[in-house]
Amino acid sequence: MKICTIRDLLDAKVICCEDGLSRHVYSACGSDMMSDVLAYVKDQAVLLTGLVNLQVVRTAEMMDMNCIVFVRSKMPTAEMVELARDCGIVMLATDKRMYEACGLLYSNGLVGNKVKSV
Amino acid sequence: MSEALKFHFTVDGEDFTSAGKASVQVKKNLRQLGLPPEIIRRVSIAMYEGEINMVIHAGGGEADVAVTEDCVEIFLHDSGPGIKDIDRAMQEGYSTASDSIRSLGFGAGMGLPNMKRYTDYMDIKSTVGKGTDITMKVML
Ligand SMILES: Nc1ncnc2c1ncn2[C@@H]1O[C@H](COP(=O)(O)OP(=O)(O)O)[C@@H](O)[C@H]1O
Ligand SMILES: [Mg+2]
Repeated sequence: MKICTIRDLLDAKVICCEDGLSRHVYSACGSDMMSDVLAYVKDQAVLLTGLVNLQVVRTAEMMDMNCIVFVRSKMPTAEMVELARDCGIVMLATDKRMYEACGLLYSNGLVGNKVKSV
Repeated sequence: MSEALKFHFTVDGEDFTSAGKASVQVKKNLRQLGLPPEIIRRVSIAMYEGEINMVIHAGGGEADVAVTEDCVEIFLHDSGPGIKDIDRAMQEGYSTASDSIRSLGFGAGMGLPNMKRYTDYMDIKSTVGKGTDITMKVML
């Protein structure tokens, strides 16, 4: 799914890295717990979260994720936006809550991931 | 045999906002070396979890990364409280983190299991009251 499709489905605002909107993501992960996110393995995923701190961006960067969606009207700080720009991560913000945002993406064909067992 | 490339970082235990900074830098350095993306990702996730642990559980520490001909080695050292029961700490979901840490997005008890999951070798040496040394390797 293209990142611009995610923007449209979630009626989201683009916060940074607009030039990345045509890139594709192939899976998604919705969580406020960063270690749960880090347990996922797939490439080119989108992170949906209601957590706002620098570790959200660092987590996405560690995972090679190219898009972060902030749910429930959360807005990243200037420092977070700066780091996301530096890493080339598209940031979106939506009024929708986590459950609805994930449901919309899932029902439109963006599936989740499996966790590799230890 | 060529000499190993080494990076050293001091991990600040006082300032949570900087937690994870060293791992972001390591990722940049490894990209510059042209290592495969999958290797870079595994190294940086494992180091990131270890770095966060040093901040939230041990008051900071030191991180060393060495790139040799056949592997990337991560060595983490702290002088924190140590881990009493390592087998228990390795279980998914086990965490002693406070609610305030959980509200920052960590403390799900997945850190050490993630470190094991993403590396080919992991060794924990810990003494209660003295600190913790963790060695991890990702084979090239
Ligand atoms: N460097 C460390 N120093 C002391 N205790 C640690 C350290 N790393 C991990 N631990 C202990 O092991 C537990 C499990 O760690 P981890 O799997 O990373 O989960 P979490 O960090 O989410 O609590 C921690 O809750 C903590 O009690
Ligand atoms: Mg941890």
